[in-house]
Amino acid sequence: MNKFPEYFTIWHIAGHYALRLMAYLVLAFLILPILVIIPLSFNAEPFFTFTPGMLSLDPDAYSLRWYNEIVTDQKWTLAIRNSFIIGIAAALLATVLGTIAAVGLSSPWMPFKRLITALLLSPMIVPLIIIAAGMFFFYTTFGLVGTFPGLIIAHAALGVPFVIITVTATLTGFDRSLFSAGLSLGASPVKVFWDVVIPLIRPGVISGGLFAFVTSFDEVVLVLFLAGPEQRTIPRQMFSGLREQINPTILAVATLLVALSIALLVTLEFLRRRSERLRGAE
Amino acid sequence: MAGSARDQRRLAPEDARNAAREIRAQRVRAFLFVTPLLVFIGFAFVAPIASMLFRSAYNPTVAELVPASLEALAEWDGEGQPSEAVLTQFAVDMKRLANDRTSGQLAEEINRNLPGTSSVVKSTARNLRRVEDAELASNGAALLLEANDAWGEPGIWRALRKAGKTYTTGYYLTALDLEMTRDGSIQQRDTQIYLKLYGKTLWMALIITLLTLVLGYPLAFHMAHSSTSRANFLMVFVLLPFWTSLLVRTTSWIALLQTNGVVNSALIALGLTRQPHEMLYTQFSTVIAMTHILLPFMVLPLYSVMRGIDPSFMRAALSMGSRPIPAFLRIYLPMSLPGLSAGALLVFIISVGYYITPALVGGTDGQMISNIIAFHMQQSNNWELAAALGSLLLFLIVALYWLYDRFIGAGNIKLG
Amino acid sequence: MKKTNLSLLAGALVLAAQGASAQDLTVTSFGGAYGAAQKEHMIDPYVESSGTNILFEDYGGGVAEMKAQSESGNIQWDVVDIEVIDLERACSEGYVAVIDHSILPPGDDGTPASEDFIPEALHECGVGNIVWSIIFAHADDAYPDGGPTTIADFFDTEAFPGKRGLRKRPQVNLEWALLADGVAPEEVYETLATEEGQQRAFDKLATIKDDIVWYDSWSQAPVLLNDGGAQMVQSANGRIFAAIKDEGAPFTMIWDSHVYDLDVWAVMEGTEKMDMALDFIKSATMTVPLSGMQDVAYGPTRKSAQALLPEDVKQDLPTAHLDEGLKADGIFWADYGESLGEKFNEWLLQ
Repeated sequence: MNKFPEYFTIWHIAGHYALRLMAYLVLAFLILPILVIIPLSFNAEPFFTFTPGMLSLDPDAYSLRWYNEIVTDQKWTLAIRNSFIIGIAAALLATVLGTIAAVGLSSPWMPFKRLITALLLSPMIVPLIIIAAGMFFFYTTFGLVGTFPGLIIAHAALGVPFVIITVTATLTGFDRSLFSAGLSLGASPVKVFWDVVIPLIRPGVISGGLFAFVTSFDEVVLVLFLAGPEQRTIPRQMFSGLREQINPTILAVATLLVALSIALLVTLEFLRRRSERLRGAE
Repeated sequence: MAGSARDQRRLAPEDARNAAREIRAQRVRAFLFVTPLLVFIGFAFVAPIASMLFRSAYNPTVAELVPASLEALAEWDGEGQPSEAVLTQFAVDMKRLANDRTSGQLAEEINRNLPGTSSVVKSTARNLRRVEDAELASNGAALLLEANDAWGEPGIWRALRKAGKTYTTGYYLTALDLEMTRDGSIQQRDTQIYLKLYGKTLWMALIITLLTLVLGYPLAFHMAHSSTSRANFLMVFVLLPFWTSLLVRTTSWIALLQTNGVVNSALIALGLTRQPHEMLYTQFSTVIAMTHILLPFMVLPLYSVMRGIDPSFMRAALSMGSRPIPAFLRIYLPMSLPGLSAGALLVFIISVGYYITPALVGGTDGQMISNIIAFHMQQSNNWELAAALGSLLLFLIVALYWLYDRFIGAGNIKLG
Repeated sequence: MKKTNLSLLAGALVLAAQGASAQDLTVTSFGGAYGAAQKEHMIDPYVESSGTNILFEDYGGGVAEMKAQSESGNIQWDVVDIEVIDLERACSEGYVAVIDHSILPPGDDGTPASEDFIPEALHECGVGNIVWSIIFAHADDAYPDGGPTTIADFFDTEAFPGKRGLRKRPQVNLEWALLADGVAPEEVYETLATEEGQQRAFDKLATIKDDIVWYDSWSQAPVLLNDGGAQMVQSANGRIFAAIKDEGAPFTMIWDSHVYDLDVWAVMEGTEKMDMALDFIKSATMTVPLSGMQDVAYGPTRKSAQALLPEDVKQDLPTAHLDEGLKADGIFWADYGESLGEKFNEWLLQ
């Protein structure tokens, strides 16, 4: 019962397994570095490494002290709060503006489509350090540096491309005649938009919003340049922790963030399947 | 669409006009949908970039600090010591700056044109701070020369006059390791820093791109030609790092690579080495951490292209006796090229502008051009030079983005 | 869906507005063991007595961050702990405000502030906090046959191989290079003011460049020694003292050619919370809070606080080692900080 075709020589088969081995090694390279921090975050000692006690699975070598640190240290609680405030507000702003724009962009009549799409997607490509420097110069003149609105606007601009991409993708399967049908039945364009378009593209909108949220939640360069001490976010706090004083609190935070990304991954997969079902006609 | 043009020819003139009007209305409506976002992006993103470009050539600091001295200096022919009137006016200005506590700003700007002079300016300001106005007006020139004899040399005055120009290309020259000589010709600076750094950045980006390609290609290949359920399962291992915070992944590499870190401990425990190796805070750690971080950007486009390649072409070639490597090179590779070029260009563009990972794990020799821009923004406070360096980087990225858009199409970026 | 979206948006905006209007005082210092001592003896008591909330931030020292805030007009800090080596510059360039010393309360023994503080502690722009010192230390296990004892040993990579951790700035490093090269302590700053002297210092530093690990903030110094990133480090004396005392770290401190200095509390020029900031400084520089800095082996700047120290603690303070040390010259660095800083950075990139 050889599953390989007859013309396969031993070298073909060896090559096949070598390729498979290589693929699994690369997967290990991708995933192991992320997993390694999880046990380290339960370290009872203030080190970044496995202590002998941890390796011999001594229960005393493990503790929750760094998780306790997160909830008791004002810097971390403030950072967590700030990350959610800025992330949610920026994602909402980007999603609302991005969704409306995506409807226009996916119209066959849209003028300068290629140019405008490239422009709207460019925040994804321009290096963050350049955006950060420019925003520092420009936002200063409006008193936006060191404020929440300043950071929300900045992060919303970064989130827009993701909303455009995901929503346009859902709209390609969208039957535009539904829109005309709604209008011909006497509904206003706004009403048609809310009642017909939005429900159909909702999975795309939500996943775009999630992308925008994660972009903001993970972003640190703009925060380094634009945030004051009162707007410190989780990544910003991690950044200064890694630069100044490495302690396992950062690993505990990192572990929680990995858990969060797993949750997001599951949500997105769910949305993707749902979107496929909704557009199931094709 | 081709049909509608033919239909129009058969329409009555007024119908054609109506149709044209309808199309115009559609175009306007589509554009109106995009307008709010365009306005927002214009303010939040485009204007900041424009202000950075402007800043790279505009610096009014000196012109605002000592306008009277600059005006007096305009008469000077650039040789020898300027007239007594200039020196006196400057002495008066220096006292004012010292008392306003702005002499440091002037010192910094002049120092950029003539390194080593900031101490001259600052100590002079300190000396003149408590001199009476009347004495300064009558004897300012002598006091200035007494405070520091550098004021008798033409060099420092030339530097002042140069720094007094509001618009300048000087920062671009510096960013390219060039300088303008007195007669207006352009020559290389003594210390070559930035070009080397641009070169190193491009080189590192290239290495990272190649590494992601070497690692990503077999993985994408294996996934693309596995069953759907298996591919979806393996995809989780690609997407999880993709979705995990950048800071988390950088933290992991610090834990792995530090002197007493996981990798060194494992190597010692396995008896492969006796002394721990210095891996963190080197170019090596930057490259390996960035390869890890950017690998999903290579795998995802490759996978989506390879998924569409019919494996029977390869099988046909092999069954007809073609050897695997030529068959791969002549059949499979060209078919996977769109995904390969998309992934490679994406990884390259992102790594050229990378900041966080080199800043955290790069040490001194793992620094890239973004880090020096951040350095001039935050540490040396030479914002104009930072802007010039940033503008050059931006031109580079825009050129790459243009290539990307031309050959792959920016709208084709897929997520997840 | 619509409703949840809108209420989420409203909620986020309300929270954002609240966050933005918080009336916290931002106090910036150096973190680590020193920051912990300041939190215990200065920050927490003040928060408790005044009810003001304090955001206690860390920075790595130097004037760059103050300068960026001042020049862009985004003043984000209110009070800052600053090394006197940087203070003159920050003051003459207008980043920190002039402080009227008559507001300071007398010492606990009734001595007026003007007499209670040691003279250098009352600067135009700051109020003295600690007397401290920059020393170097080595890990004991790195040199089982006897470690370095002089600054010349620090620059001798043949006799004492290993990585050296240095703070990434010219201050103190250039002084040490000249001292190790045989310049007499009283001539160090004179020499450093000349072109040849600067070259000499950079040349000396270049002899160990390959073995230097640069760090950004004082709190990294004991960490580097601890996790093996360096075998010798430059450090503020209190950091090594605390690591030895609190965690039993196997480190040895070397006082030869230490550079001693004061730290002061200063107020950012242009802060909207000037009164609050001054009120905090008044409280933090009273006799008892100052004497608490002995926890990290830093000497107090009030004589009345010195009197509170036990005899055995005094041996660990910089004041017991002044004859081996060099006084950091803030005026020199005010004049030369800019140009030497640029030179240093170009040298780093070469």
